[in-house]
Amino acid sequence: MPSEVKSVSGRAIPLVGNDIDTDRIIPARFLRCVTFDGLGAHAFEDDRIALKGQHAFDQPQYQGANILVVNRNFGCGSSREHAPQALAKWGITAVVGESFAEIFFGNCVAMGVPCMTADSETVKQLQDLITVNPEISVTVNLETMEVQCNDFTGAVSINEGARNMFVSGSWDACGQLVAQAEQVKATAAKLPYIAWK
Amino acid sequence: MSKGTLFDKVWELHTVGTLPSGQTQLFIGLHLIHEVTSPQAFAMLRERGLKVLFPERTVATVDHIVPTDNQARPFVDTLAEEMMQALEHNASYNNITFYNIGSGNQGIVHVIAPEQGLTQPGMTIACGDSHTSTHGAFGAIAFGIGTSQVRDVLASQTLALAKLKVRKIEVNGALKPGVYAKDIILHVIRTLGVKGGVGYAYEFAGTTFDAMNMEERMTVCNMAIEGGARCGYVNPDQVTYDYLKGRDFAPKSQDWDKAVAWWDSIKTDDNAEYDDVVVFKAEDIPPTVTWGITPGQGIGVDQQVPTPEQLSEDDRVIAQEAYKYMDLAPGQSIEGTKIDVCFIGSCTNGRISDLREAAKIAKGRQVASGIKAFVVPGSERVKKQAEEEGLDKIFVEAGFEWREAGCSMCLAMNPDKLEGRQISASSSNRNFKGRQGSASGRTLLMSPAMVAAAAVKGQVFDVRELV
Ligand code: SF4
Repeated sequence: MPSEVKSVSGRAIPLVGNDIDTDRIIPARFLRCVTFDGLGAHAFEDDRIALKGQHAFDQPQYQGANILVVNRNFGCGSSREHAPQALAKWGITAVVGESFAEIFFGNCVAMGVPCMTADSETVKQLQDLITVNPEISVTVNLETMEVQCNDFTGAVSINEGARNMFVSGSWDACGQLVAQAEQVKATAAKLPYIAWK
Repeated sequence: MSKGTLFDKVWELHTVGTLPSGQTQLFIGLHLIHEVTSPQAFAMLRERGLKVLFPERTVATVDHIVPTDNQARPFVDTLAEEMMQALEHNASYNNITFYNIGSGNQGIVHVIAPEQGLTQPGMTIACGDSHTSTHGAFGAIAFGIGTSQVRDVLASQTLALAKLKVRKIEVNGALKPGVYAKDIILHVIRTLGVKGGVGYAYEFAGTTFDAMNMEERMTVCNMAIEGGARCGYVNPDQVTYDYLKGRDFAPKSQDWDKAVAWWDSIKTDDNAEYDDVVVFKAEDIPPTVTWGITPGQGIGVDQQVPTPEQLSEDDRVIAQEAYKYMDLAPGQSIEGTKIDVCFIGSCTNGRISDLREAAKIAKGRQVASGIKAFVVPGSERVKKQAEEEGLDKIFVEAGFEWREAGCSMCLAMNPDKLEGRQISASSSNRNFKGRQGSASGRTLLMSPAMVAAAAVKGQVFDVRELV
């Protein structure tokens, strides 16, 4: 059963850039699979090859970090859950950024990975702090709605519904949806098109 | 808060209840699945011991991985073959209708559901694919979803969703010759930005949409997601009804009259309230081409790649990245850019009317030397129709390759790929880095007629000079 996600702590990875799309997070050729296992190794593969070891995911100081700090419109593009799955399999358990694409955000909720937004100033400060000191511990708190990193504290936000789901441990909607099967059938019965031939 | 729009009405009618999170549990009238995003969802179902609740409301096809030349089984690509077998198994085990290759009904999921009349006004539709917004052309509320949500729909025929705001995008007037539905949506995205639509459903309205056929409406709704809007729709009208009538899954005899009455009742009210309204004039829209690495980086074909100074501060960082990746300089004209590959197809522009427009340009002309140009029909039915009309011959005589139905080079999960730094003129919907199968490959998005013009000229060319 899903567990409560009230705060996430750990080391962080700065990933600078706007509009990083899901094709970059996991290139399409890795979608040829029937399970998500093993996707972690291919996260950002093409960007990493292009940067010849200089991509944050390759830099030794960020290995084992679990909080990703990104900029604007992260996760835009395709609806592939392979993208957040690749990040999760790589070890990411929370993301802080200026903004997120909607489907990406929803996929992350369904996986128990909170995506918290912060203003660009806060994100930049965080990215700078982590870059200067990769060992620094970052805490994203969904109860106080703050991100903390040594002396630095910044405000984060997430829509109230998603926040409730994380904090109460109800982010995995499947069980709740299935439990309403009778009401679902009743709703369907009222829709005219269900009966058309 | 919007009130009285089609979106509000359809949402209301499909609401099962409110979840503890405050989200709505929304009934999904039609669920479409394909080989890429469904196998993991079926696996999750098995892990939890759950069954498909309404197998008759899910329809499957195969599109992303299918080769468009040699389709013999087993596929040469063993990973693709494995995905194919997983879908065949999951569909038959769960009693789900599956339109396989050779059935005459296979094709890109967003092409086959409309052409068979599965997509109807007033429905909620979900598919594990972001371009599900296409189906909104019929006045349906259609969302792309992730794999966990595919699992949710299989298990419960519902989704947990927060209601979207509604923005009306009104376009009025007649399009100039050589300007198509694709140009409208590229223009809208260019103007409102790739994330301008986040949190919104886009209602497309105005006299330009009234005058469009269903396939043009689908092209626009298809790319609503590229503007950040999870769904886009057009209110149903006589054009919608005329398109649907007689299709395989359209309501028959008495049901048809009931259906039309119901469809009329769910249209947006005259006095509806929107969260936002944006108005465009069709005559202001030029043939539009993307020059960068997001679908929002578009310009008129007769314009120049914008300089950083012409862009908002927000857009400059990604523009710098785009100049470098695309190897295009700020201030440079896009017209005349040399092309290597021309691709006509995809769920945006792989329908019969798209092929007809492209064929008009190709007819009697020749693909420029050194250019690889190919046409991929969106479905087996589109292919058959095109062959009946002789379009295949026009293309082949002009030097295009004529292929089998599938997603092809739109995302290159199959053998159709760019190589190295090749630059393509594509009628598809995404120009992201690496999208078309080469990590350094480049994509210019444009209408199918513009792609055909690029093919015969060997460079980006203003199709208005050829129509
Ligand atoms: S044609 Fe392209 S965008 Fe459409 S479903 Fe296939 S891969 Fe996705």
